[in-house]
Amino acid sequence: MSIRHIPVVERIFGANEGVAVEVRALCRQHQVALVNIMASPGAGKTTFLLATAHRLADRLRIGVIEGDVASTVDSDRVRAEGFPAVQINTGGGCHLDALQVRGALDQLDLDALDLILVENVGNLVCPVGFDLGENLRIALSSVPEGWDKPHKYPSIFQRVDAIVLNKIDLLPYLSFDEPEFRRLVAGLNPEAPVIPVSSTDGTGMDEWIAWLGEQLPR
Amino acid sequence: MHELSVTESILDIVCRHASEAGAQRVIRIHLVIGDLASIVDDSVQFYFDFMSEETCARGAELVFARISTRLECRACGHAWEPTSGDWACPNCAAMAARVVAGHEFYVDSIEVE
Repeated sequence: MSIRHIPVVERIFGANEGVAVEVRALCRQHQVALVNIMASPGAGKTTFLLATAHRLADRLRIGVIEGDVASTVDSDRVRAEGFPAVQINTGGGCHLDALQVRGALDQLDLDALDLILVENVGNLVCPVGFDLGENLRIALSSVPEGWDKPHKYPSIFQRVDAIVLNKIDLLPYLSFDEPEFRRLVAGLNPEAPVIPVSSTDGTGMDEWIAWLGEQLPR
Repeated sequence: MHELSVTESILDIVCRHASEAGAQRVIRIHLVIGDLASIVDDSVQFYFDFMSEETCARGAELVFARISTRLECRACGHAWEPTSGDWACPNCAAMAARVVAGHEFYVDSIEVE
């Protein structure tokens, strides 16, 4: 039997991207916006997400989707602070995908929400490859991780709408080269702003909330 | 890394196209992977070897065409391949790179019999 060469040209994440289109349509139908927050473990995602939610709670109804390999620690914490939350446990998976998010949306009352903050699995490599059907993608980088992260993990800085630099209250104690960090990020993603914040003392949060407010669909 | 789910997706795509073509067996799978896709060739081959056991792609060889990240400066038009996350233009130092190549991630073709 002779060997035949068959052209395929099909994107490997095509199936995920198809579900992401469905998520986007579902969110548009219910007029709810989805924000995908990506960062390494320990960057302060949950604290940042809660600080964001509290500042917006007077004007927007907020829900949360928490992605972790295991445990309900994060969703318990979010619920305890008064926001509806769904926990996705990936069971070893290194990122959220659109199918998991679609499943989580089924567990939220979408008509009672305006904004859903999605905390992705802590990881600087994998999450960025998966479209979740979000309106905005945010990379959260924190001062203790070092200024050189854009050097080592260019993709995440390159494929987001904004980079939030967290834990700037620690700048006096660490040798974080902020101008060099900003220079690297500007090179990777000239359009995306770098927004320095401290989720714990509130520095910069007003600027972040103002930027977020401008981006959300009206 | 998510090479396991990547391998599952590759198998789904390959087996569907092989079956549509009425093929008995898949001999070779040509993949195109950009450097920005963060995928490790050896891991995909490793998972593939035992995940394909019960499929028409059993024993197939994966051929990886790696595409280097290629940038173009929006300020001066210079094109280059970066070696790190420092994407300042080597010609004019502008921070205005546009990705021309590197995000590719698809099954290009299969060889079947």
